[in-house]
Amino acid sequence: MGLEAVMVPRVVEAMEKKPRIPVLWLHGLECTCCSESFIRSAHPVAQDVVLNMISLDYDDTLQAAAGFQVEEIRKRIIKEYPGEYLLAVEGNAPTRDGGVYCTVGGDTFLNILTETAEKAKAIVAWGSCASNGCVQAAKPNPTGAKPIHELLPHHTIINVPGCPPIGEVMTGVLTYILTFGALPELDRVGRPKMFYGQRLHDKCYRRPFFDAGMFVEAWDDEGARKGWCLYKMGCRGPTTYNSCSTVKWNNGVSWPIGSGHGCIGCAEANFWDNGPFYNRLTTIPVPGIESTPDQIGKTLTVVAAAGCAAHLTSHLLRKAGTKQKEAPAAEETKS
Amino acid sequence: MKRVVVDPITRIEGHLRVEAMLNDRGVIENAMSSGTMWRGIELILEGRDPRDAWAFCERICGVCTTVHALASVRAVENALGIKVPPNAEIIRNIMFLTQYVQDHIIHFYHLHALDWVDIVSALKANPKATADLAQTVSPSWPTSTPGYFTDVQNTIKKFVESGQLGIFQNAYWGHPAYKLPPEANLMAVAHYLEALKWQKEIIKIHTIFGGKNPHPNYLVGGVASPIAMNGDNAINMERLNLVRDLISEAKRVVDGLYIPDLLAVASFYPEWTKIGGGLGNYMTYGDLPQNGIDDLSHFRIPRGIVLNKNLADVLPLDLADAGQVREEVTHSWYTYPEGKDALHPWDGITEPKYSGPKPPYKELDENGKYSWLKSPRWKGNAMEVGPLARMIVGYASGNTEYKDVVNDALGRLKLPATALFSTLGRTAARGLETKLAVQWLQDEYDHLIANLKSGDTSTAETSKWNPSTWSEDAKGFGFSEAPRGSLGHWVKIHGGKIASYQIVVPSTWNASPKDAKGQHGAYEAALMGTPMADPQRPVEILRTIHSFDPCLACASHVIGPDGRTLAEVVVR
Repeated sequence: MGLEAVMVPRVVEAMEKKPRIPVLWLHGLECTCCSESFIRSAHPVAQDVVLNMISLDYDDTLQAAAGFQVEEIRKRIIKEYPGEYLLAVEGNAPTRDGGVYCTVGGDTFLNILTETAEKAKAIVAWGSCASNGCVQAAKPNPTGAKPIHELLPHHTIINVPGCPPIGEVMTGVLTYILTFGALPELDRVGRPKMFYGQRLHDKCYRRPFFDAGMFVEAWDDEGARKGWCLYKMGCRGPTTYNSCSTVKWNNGVSWPIGSGHGCIGCAEANFWDNGPFYNRLTTIPVPGIESTPDQIGKTLTVVAAAGCAAHLTSHLLRKAGTKQKEAPAAEETKS
Repeated sequence: MKRVVVDPITRIEGHLRVEAMLNDRGVIENAMSSGTMWRGIELILEGRDPRDAWAFCERICGVCTTVHALASVRAVENALGIKVPPNAEIIRNIMFLTQYVQDHIIHFYHLHALDWVDIVSALKANPKATADLAQTVSPSWPTSTPGYFTDVQNTIKKFVESGQLGIFQNAYWGHPAYKLPPEANLMAVAHYLEALKWQKEIIKIHTIFGGKNPHPNYLVGGVASPIAMNGDNAINMERLNLVRDLISEAKRVVDGLYIPDLLAVASFYPEWTKIGGGLGNYMTYGDLPQNGIDDLSHFRIPRGIVLNKNLADVLPLDLADAGQVREEVTHSWYTYPEGKDALHPWDGITEPKYSGPKPPYKELDENGKYSWLKSPRWKGNAMEVGPLARMIVGYASGNTEYKDVVNDALGRLKLPATALFSTLGRTAARGLETKLAVQWLQDEYDHLIANLKSGDTSTAETSKWNPSTWSEDAKGFGFSEAPRGSLGHWVKIHGGKIASYQIVVPSTWNASPKDAKGQHGAYEAALMGTPMADPQRPVEILRTIHSFDPCLACASHVIGPDGRTLAEVVVR
């Protein structure tokens, strides 16, 4: 760094004394899989994040206190750190019948979310519940559950979809913000490009089998045992943007396709209603293309067209399904 | 009389509220457990492909991930008459036991320990004396040195001195109910951090077979991960070696860390073997099939019912009998058709109708409806499910594996068998079950290898995969002994689609509101009679509620025996 040796201890001291950024981690309608995934992160490990990087001031899954004492903390952080705390949201809010389908401390989660969001520096939407609605928003969506960008249209929201997102993706997003003091580059639906920039299919190690037309035709058949392409078993890799094929899961041990099951598309909006999961993607209409995805994989020419079509399809589906606002560019985010 | 409301109950999965009413001596005389969230998964399942149901159901819970997926594939297989191959049964058992070990350890260290362990007191500990203590309680654990405990203490000290206490702020440190000496507190805090690091390792077994965790993949008919011992793109020797090593490490952690810590902490809280017993009715559906799911006589975890703590009699249970497991909605925010009071899940109805106070509210009315949980009952009896129920049914069944671990622990703590019927008994049972689980993990792994050596590498039964092979109408049930207790899924299939789906989960049994006869659920019953030192800091309520390892969002609310609020809410 070009610093004189005598300065180093002072710099270190300054870094150590810099207050850790307060994080309020709220839970709405959800299953806590995002929290579980977070503590599976291998680098950095959860202990390092919670003790050394952030001040996790509210998180009802890990918090020692309970009852009014935790609600008191939430209110105090909002008051003492306006514009400085991060709001992390796991789950989403039911909107039907005044929000009675999820209450915390006697108040609706909807009210609590709105109140906590108001003065947040930025909002991280953990997982598909917060980003896209996920399972409780699947048809007929009995509770009127809505993803948070629909409830907080005027806020900066980073969507980190997946059911759950990969642990290292979660800690990666947090540490990027802490390291650079800014949000990572986001795509048009608010997802960090560093983790959701490409479809699984683009980076799948089984892609050569797709291109060669070598498919698993039935569970545990010869193709399955040889690790051929799972597209005919319903794999959603061609329409799913996520890091599973590169970062993989649980410190790189495997990922769904690597363990023989197709991707169910859990990071994509409305994936629950794009099933059945084991029907190949022919059921998703491909505008302007008459050939079915069944016929592709036979020749490289058609593969290229289908790749575009699949890309286009997911693009259109997202556009039609969520009507999300344009995500702010990273440089627009002020600290 | 004082009304104590605890909402949210933290360190659980989901949203739970407890209200409790204390008498003049500070003892809980009445209690109310309210599940404060509802998502409607059962309604969402209607009309969908039954082969997809596991994925929807798995999302009921990400903490006990896998358990609903397993119950769901079993329900669909039961309906369609599919028998899974032996390898699939063994791999499912391995995944099931992996979940037990990981989930129980996370519960003990990260969700429950802070009810017994005072983290601030750990700052006063002498690291050398802590090392002596740790080496005494667990001679086999390698890192119990003064230097190690000094490092941990410095980590906490630095954290506390930063003034930002994060997840540890506003808690009940210094509460008179904390009884551990500083050295035991420091040891426990060190192991809290060890266990947090380790839990992400054991779970890799799910990743190997299911591709990811949380929420690994399941498959109707078997497992999706194929086996090819001479292939390079399926389960092979390298993958199996990783499973084997993870199992060995799990055994080391359970024997060297969890069980010694559990017994050490328990020895400082003998009074909690007399508090929190509750219903005294215990139920287990049984699990870990060794010869197919229909052969109940070859389950490692036996099925049965023990009523009124009567260990001399284990009663049978039939999930398909319309007169046994039934759900009521007397105090739940649902409606049943006129004239229906209790329904078997095959005839179950989920029609929400909120009639509670308009939020924000201060208290619920125990005479009205007060929870999003229904009240399941077995032949009209409120039941407790979970590790303690399994331990008691196993013990009462005369199963030697269960008897040995129970007698060993009771002997070491010098306690009678009746000590099991308590808050601490529940917490101890979870640990003893984990001890069995790591041994069974090794046994199941050995079975898998033996089966592979016999030449059988099949992992899926696919003859009924195609819906055209199904009959027009079918119905089935699937069950499992989830970490938190007995879990049942009941499905009806019509025309290849789900016609109805009903799920009765463990925490519904335990956290259920009162039924029509006024019988409390297990949480409520267990809170009765608990003395509280300081109602503003209700650590006693947390101890008992956490001993069940709740899986929902709840709140605790204390109410008078006559239903009147006798004092202003002191804790909300």
